[in-house]
Amino acid sequence: MKLVVLWRVLVVVAAIGLLEVLCLAGAIDRITMPPPHEIARDLWRMLVSGRMNGAIRKTLTNAAIAFASAAIAGVAFAALLHGHRQTRATLDPLFATYYAVPVFAFYPLLIAVFGLGDLPQVLIGFMLGVVAVIVNTLNGLDRVPRVLAKTAAVNRLGRFRTASSITLPFAAPHILTGVKLAVAYSLIGVVGSEFIMSRGGIGYEISFAYNNFDNATMYPLIVLILALSIAVNALLSRWEQRLRLRRGQR
Amino acid sequence: MAAPHLTLRGVRKVFGGLGRTGPVDALGPVDLEIARGEFFAVVGPSGCGKSTLLEVIAGLATTSEGTIAFEGKPIAGNVPDGVGVVFQEDASLPWLDVASNIAFGLRRSPIPASERDARVRRALEMMGLVDFAASYPAQLSGGMRQRVCIARTLVTEPRLILLDEPFGALDQQTRLLMGDELLRLWRATGATVFLITHALDEAAMLADRIGVMSSRPGRFLDVVTTGWPRERDSRIVEQQSFGAVTARLWTTLREESMKALGARAAPA
Repeated sequence: MKLVVLWRVLVVVAAIGLLEVLCLAGAIDRITMPPPHEIARDLWRMLVSGRMNGAIRKTLTNAAIAFASAAIAGVAFAALLHGHRQTRATLDPLFATYYAVPVFAFYPLLIAVFGLGDLPQVLIGFMLGVVAVIVNTLNGLDRVPRVLAKTAAVNRLGRFRTASSITLPFAAPHILTGVKLAVAYSLIGVVGSEFIMSRGGIGYEISFAYNNFDNATMYPLIVLILALSIAVNALLSRWEQRLRLRRGQR
Repeated sequence: MAAPHLTLRGVRKVFGGLGRTGPVDALGPVDLEIARGEFFAVVGPSGCGKSTLLEVIAGLATTSEGTIAFEGKPIAGNVPDGVGVVFQEDASLPWLDVASNIAFGLRRSPIPASERDARVRRALEMMGLVDFAASYPAQLSGGMRQRVCIARTLVTEPRLILLDEPFGALDQQTRLLMGDELLRLWRATGATVFLITHALDEAAMLADRIGVMSSRPGRFLDVVTTGWPRERDSRIVEQQSFGAVTARLWTTLREESMKALGARAAPA
């Protein structure tokens, strides 16, 4: 286990090291990409100066709203849907093909309807994330053993309490898998829409910097987005692992 | 004589009737009276409707015909107050530790927290789980998990305990020991026990009376009174009369079991 982690770190460090060498040797010219140490320095300066705070706050707030609503609506919808076999049978193929639809294609439409504010971006993030939560929650609910449903009846739990105290907790590791995807998807949705058309946010700033050859802003922002996404994902993965370990699963 | 604790009158259960297959006669008619504090076991060939019988008594399923009364009140598709059920399958909740699993049985009762904790502690002691209170089910053996489920039922202080092949998934030695524990609990709680089992020796060792069921639709062919003293344990198997009881059960069941096997082997 430890050796694996060591190798993983080594691979990342080696890749960054290689980029550094290629940049310093001039194999990658400065207009394409500054060396990694400069990116790190620029990121630090950017964060200290606070000039991107507004953009970072806007993006993270929108992504958080998109994520939270996708998670809550996804779990609630799946819990409701699980009891209705007919509706489920109708919707299942739609869920299966959902991610073949380029959700971003709806962005212009959403702007036309709701205007160029935060809402269309939040909606794109929500739309990308919600189905992952629904599908994974349903998958977890499908695995609840029949004996636990009988246990709920013996304990005289109603529909709502059965869901809140037996079936959803049982499905928690699966729900968490969906939630993890929703974090990534909502961030992708929000940043991606900011790229396309926006009045602010990290995606907008990256795009703006790109159009102005401002590598000292663009690369640090890209690294920031990467770091944020990886950090949140790692935290959730650790939680998921703890839940699974407790149940004797690896 | 006092009124029976549990009464079944002409109980039948018919399944389905949808699609191409006609309705399936699963159970009955069954008539039965069980006295308060009695240990009653049911044996029968597989698929004879034993579990269906338990489910209708538990109120987990409705009867198609007939009535069931617990303490004089009819049971109609709802689990009545004072009834606890232990299933064959592992019904422990994997996300809760042992103590919380046991306390789960009390989450809907209006008793104060101090009383709840006391009951959980007593159940932990009774089932030998004190050292495992903070463990999770995944860390326990199958027998221990079944004890957790029994303890979860015990905390509700049921007056009627229904057990559906609770030791079916355990090895023989563990089953015998769990049988001893069940007898101890039965004496300590004074509850009426209704046990479904496929093991004739288990029924003969544990019960005051044993109902022998026919193949589907399950009816009682014979009700055997064992005549054991209330103070007893698994060493009862050493007695000669134990062999006689088991033999009588098997004589009745042999033909029925063959019928059940034959019915399944024949084309539908």
